[in-house]
Amino acid sequence: MKRYRELIAERAFLLSALTSSAITVAILAFMVFMGLPLLKQGGLYQLLFKPWAPFQGSFGIYPMIIGTGAISLLSLLFAFPLSLGCSFLIGSIAPQSVSKWFRRLIELMTGIPTVIYGFVGVFLLVPIVRELFGSGSGLCILTAALVLGIMITPTMTLFFCDSFDRIPKAYLDAADALGASPVQKLLYVILPAAKHGMINGVILSLGRAVGDTLIALMLAGNSVRVAESVLEPARTLTAHIALVIAADYESPEFRSIFACGVVLYLFTMAVTFLVRYLTFSKDQTV
Amino acid sequence: MRYRSLERLTIIFSWLTGLLLLSAVCLLLGYLFIKGYQSVNLTLVFGDASPLRAILLQERVFNGLFPAIVGTLVLVLLSVFWAIPIGMATGIYLAEYANPRTKRVLDAFFDVLSGIPSIVIGLFGFAFAVFLHKHYSDRIGPCLLISSIALSFLVLPYIIRTTQASLEGIPRETRLTALALGATKFQNIFLVLIPRSLTGIMSGIILAIGRCAEDTAVIMLTGAVASTGLPRSIFAQYEALPFYIYYISSQYADRAELMQGYGASIILILLCAALFSVAYGIRKGLTHFALYRP
Repeated sequence: MKRYRELIAERAFLLSALTSSAITVAILAFMVFMGLPLLKQGGLYQLLFKPWAPFQGSFGIYPMIIGTGAISLLSLLFAFPLSLGCSFLIGSIAPQSVSKWFRRLIELMTGIPTVIYGFVGVFLLVPIVRELFGSGSGLCILTAALVLGIMITPTMTLFFCDSFDRIPKAYLDAADALGASPVQKLLYVILPAAKHGMINGVILSLGRAVGDTLIALMLAGNSVRVAESVLEPARTLTAHIALVIAADYESPEFRSIFACGVVLYLFTMAVTFLVRYLTFSKDQTV
Repeated sequence: MRYRSLERLTIIFSWLTGLLLLSAVCLLLGYLFIKGYQSVNLTLVFGDASPLRAILLQERVFNGLFPAIVGTLVLVLLSVFWAIPIGMATGIYLAEYANPRTKRVLDAFFDVLSGIPSIVIGLFGFAFAVFLHKHYSDRIGPCLLISSIALSFLVLPYIIRTTQASLEGIPRETRLTALALGATKFQNIFLVLIPRSLTGIMSGIILAIGRCAEDTAVIMLTGAVASTGLPRSIFAQYEALPFYIYYISSQYADRAELMQGYGASIILILLCAALFSVAYGIRKGLTHFALYRP
């Protein structure tokens, strides 16, 4: 009787583990299945490198891929120095009491809903950008990237702090014993040792930036043309999915958003495996 | 000398960025609260209806946030209700049963799952609803049930990870004691290991609740609408706070509606802050509380 129960429990646990991992696969399979008819019709090239012009029968997602790349890379450009400075502050420069308090604040910041960032961005930042640069509506790549940068900074800072925390204590003790000041310890001991972890943090943050929907949807202007400067509106893959969803179920427009879904899925998969590979290869060498 | 100035520059740079981030957050929250604090009152939530009668469901609320708040609450409860059993069981399997190779493979799956953008999960939910609609029943469309299932996919990795991590964090002595006394593996897990790691699991669940409450991308594809009143059943469309905020920001008609948007934002942010503090508090202290078994 007892053995029987043990066996059932183990099977049940195994079953839920299999179900959870099946979800991961099912999402991709479903996307590919729904997008397949379009692929057969026009081919991969048409889809990925042609502009979006539904009335001329062209359903390419090229402008959205460029938009996603521009907005997320620009936001990374804003977020990286900010996160670097903040993690320095927490890691060694600020006194213990300040750094503890600051870290808690940053952890709390990760809990702010993205829709709030978007909401405040629409009513606070958009008018400022419009006035400052005097062109367009203020809904542009720059605005979206600024807000997105602020949004991913806490996450990236925490990734950096985690990689600082993983440094063996012996290294830090050695630096202390040699009479290094906090900033010397940071620059010559912590930073070189935490480099790999920090690269992982940047890659994961890029994944976050690409996957975010609301900020780009609310602030980037959603134009389907390829933008020529950062002050022009653009549309991301995520926003494209949200905007086209209302269309007819059988139409090629609707099919094409599954192509966006597949691209986003494959991108996150690449990010995940890259990080896993980097972590794993580092574990081998140490 | 060159090193000195590099060090000094680093210090100045760090404090500057810290200040910059701090002022950005203060600006964000300050703007929201200063512009919106006047609109936070009972009228914002209940409109013209009387609060008590609205809560007892005797009166419908037409111009308040009450349906959106209820919608969000029901949605969150349903989502974690689906996610907790599967998530915890998977976490237990990973921590206690899986051999290293299986674990590596499953780990990869859950890493990918936790990285999938929420809009893609929303798209999956939507397509699934359409699929069901076409092949099984006309009554099924984007609805509360589909939303909650999609959201549970989104938060599943949180629950799996926290369960796994807190089980793996239990020291060897504790792990072996009950086994040495003749307990079976199953008894050991349920009577010793789970109670020991309940705090960690709880904080994971609360983070998952916060994620469900704030996510907009999934629900905007799977059944949230701007006005429908209280959700009538799990096969009906519903209102939700984050979707309402998004809707107002793009479609507001007059100042009164805009103020409602500010009010809704403040309520949502307070809700998330409260959940986050609870999760933090549980992780910090309260261990004795969770360990207490009647």
